[in-house]
Amino acid sequence: MKEFKLRVFRYDPEKDAQQHYETYTVPYREGMTVLEALLWVFENLDGSLAFRYSCREAICGSCAMYVSGSYRLACRVQVKDALEGDTVTVSPLPHMRVIKDLVVDQTKLWENYARVKPWLINDEPPPERERRQSPADRAKYNKEIDCILCGSCFSSCPSGANNDEYLGPHALNWANRFFVDTRDTADRERLEIVASEYGVFRCHTIFNCVEACPKHLNPTEAIQNLKKAAMAYKLGLRK
Amino acid sequence: MKIKHRVAIVGGGLAGLRAAIAAYDGGVQDVAIISQLPPVRSHSVAAAGGINGSLANHPDGRDDNWEKHAFDTIKGSDYLADQDAAEVLAREAVPVIVETEHWGCPFSRNEDGTIAQRPFGGAGFPRTCYAADKTGHALLHTLYQQVVKRGIKVYTEHLVLTLAVADGRAVGAVVMDIVSGEVGTVEADALLFATGGAGKIYAHSTNNLLNTGLGMAIAYWAGVPLKDMEFIQFHPTGLWGTNILMTEGCRGEGGYLVNNQGERFMARYAPKAMELGPRDIVARSILTEILEGRGFNQGGPGGGYVHLDLRHLGEAKINERLPEVREICKNFAGIDPVYQPIPVQPSQHYTMGGISTDINGATVLKGLYAAGECACVSVHGANRLGGNSLLDTIVFGKLAGQHMARFVAEQPLQGSVDKLLEEKKAEVERRFRELFDNPGTERESALRVELQQNMFHNVGIFRQADTLEAGLAKVRELRERYRNVKVHHTGRIYNMELIRAYELRGMLDVAEAIAAGALARKESRGSHARRDYPERDDQNFLKHTLAFHTPEGVRLDYSPVTITRFQPQARKY
Repeated sequence: MKEFKLRVFRYDPEKDAQQHYETYTVPYREGMTVLEALLWVFENLDGSLAFRYSCREAICGSCAMYVSGSYRLACRVQVKDALEGDTVTVSPLPHMRVIKDLVVDQTKLWENYARVKPWLINDEPPPERERRQSPADRAKYNKEIDCILCGSCFSSCPSGANNDEYLGPHALNWANRFFVDTRDTADRERLEIVASEYGVFRCHTIFNCVEACPKHLNPTEAIQNLKKAAMAYKLGLRK
Repeated sequence: MKIKHRVAIVGGGLAGLRAAIAAYDGGVQDVAIISQLPPVRSHSVAAAGGINGSLANHPDGRDDNWEKHAFDTIKGSDYLADQDAAEVLAREAVPVIVETEHWGCPFSRNEDGTIAQRPFGGAGFPRTCYAADKTGHALLHTLYQQVVKRGIKVYTEHLVLTLAVADGRAVGAVVMDIVSGEVGTVEADALLFATGGAGKIYAHSTNNLLNTGLGMAIAYWAGVPLKDMEFIQFHPTGLWGTNILMTEGCRGEGGYLVNNQGERFMARYAPKAMELGPRDIVARSILTEILEGRGFNQGGPGGGYVHLDLRHLGEAKINERLPEVREICKNFAGIDPVYQPIPVQPSQHYTMGGISTDINGATVLKGLYAAGECACVSVHGANRLGGNSLLDTIVFGKLAGQHMARFVAEQPLQGSVDKLLEEKKAEVERRFRELFDNPGTERESALRVELQQNMFHNVGIFRQADTLEAGLAKVRELRERYRNVKVHHTGRIYNMELIRAYELRGMLDVAEAIAAGALARKESRGSHARRDYPERDDQNFLKHTLAFHTPEGVRLDYSPVTITRFQPQARKY
């Protein structure tokens, strides 16, 4: 393959009446990622293109996009793995307001994250040294902490698409991370948040978040864990 | 847009977040963070291997203490670190690390429940606390959580473009909201820059794509000297091709470096420390192997490489300790380190120098502070030890934030600075118009690539007078050509071309400081390795380089190194 087509979603509210796609011909290089292709277009053909990027190693969460029909980090997905025929199609994360081209408004992503009190709560005075935690207890939240808050799961969730007040898989993932942490003492407070009108019971176990997550996390599982605990709490089986 | 706060923190990585928390906890409720990125996307997130502190949790580390940490740091720095600052770094390490643990930082654990530690290069004991190989991610999220908890205001995707200085005091800045394109002003009783390194001045960098050093340039333009800029760290093990960091943790966990003869060649260069020599020595050793024909892909596209071999560690250990390395190798190189050696080459990694500060993060410009990689306290001197950069961010971020809280309480701004801020804003808008209206044909992206290649090849790992002179001349030529850069896209919303063109001006000035400092330093010390002056020269060069901005270009000066208890000696590993 010498070259391929990069079909990119375009929308500039300052000049475009309508959202549309533009197709660029890009020289191919072995190992080329979709982010590199976007940067090549930006640097060589069209400086008006807007997209987010930073670490280019799948750890910062900036470049989550919808690439040839899948949620992807543009920096990690290789062109050859995203080809449909001779074309890679890049669109912004769905269900979010487009600011420009591939840049979407993520205000709600961050707001909902903050609503679950995503910090360790423990009001007892800390010891002089570290609080001890066994490797087994540390392992209980080993997956949840890998979240990079890229927004893929939040964007993919049908419950969230209908109502972005729903906390969303990313926020609930973090809620569970602290809920299962043996150092955290705010179980009841956390259950009240996640059992609220916009919490875990709006999850319909559709598993889109699991499919969308670029870090192979399982937000559905985290939500089910909270759901079980919240149910027991509501029924008075848990204090 | 008029932003006004008592304390303004520019940059949302670890140093900025820690400073914001310290200022807030120190009594300044009105603190705000202004960041080009949402904080968790800052490059601190990519730090992998760990953070140093003499917790003495490891069975082989029971005799460790902060003095030994300070000594290793100073020896690692090739005696250019200010020893009083290195002592603060080492002494504060244990309490600041423990503090992040109390805030929930998910460190890996020993069987007894204490924080796990691993060996790292140039350290006498296993001193590096880690969260698998995602320590930066773990710390950054933890500190961001504390910022959210305190309700500290964060302006995300806001880029600070220039400082406003009134009567020798920093009183504010000009800022652009990247999303709307609106240019506005920031007024603050004190500002802190925590804007990260300048890695993208170089080709083959492990850094993220936004580390252009703009914060350093802004302080430099405002008259604050940049210190020790010629000291650029090349990490021994960047993944061949993409130069993504393969953490030092790989070698800390027992990984080998192997040449095309199947030799563990570090035996020739650091017979005792082997793969755990300090980064400057290991990077030079790898490059020497390649230059002498013992690398792989000799002369091939993308340059030569050696092997980082983890296979003998076994799948279970790799999955537990180095899961991200395995994931990166699979995704970006198509190899699995459980079964295949990793191709690695030295890659630009860290800027030891930066905005000159004292131990409290204060610069010579009243009201302006700096912390983290953009700053130079100095604790890393001529070569930073792995695991000391995360520590630097939270120790000196915290001290700076505390100091700022006291400073703004004692010396609040008097009178209005509105007029000055409006003038500075108009200046920036004029510069933007010059870029839009420029009749020239130069492109920001082309100049940027030329700069990066020039710095890597002429101001790189091995240096000598003729290539340094060529490198410096090239930077100056590019600066001339910069006058003809035209920005074609004139829209306001998310105009990346405009931002990158503005950043490039800063990159060129910072590059000049690096190249000029390197040319003037006629010795070899730490990361600065001159072929024509292979020895360290304490007689003439046991001193810090200070680079000052002038309208004609860089002016160099020097300042003494603080020696407290460790007299310089030959550096052997």
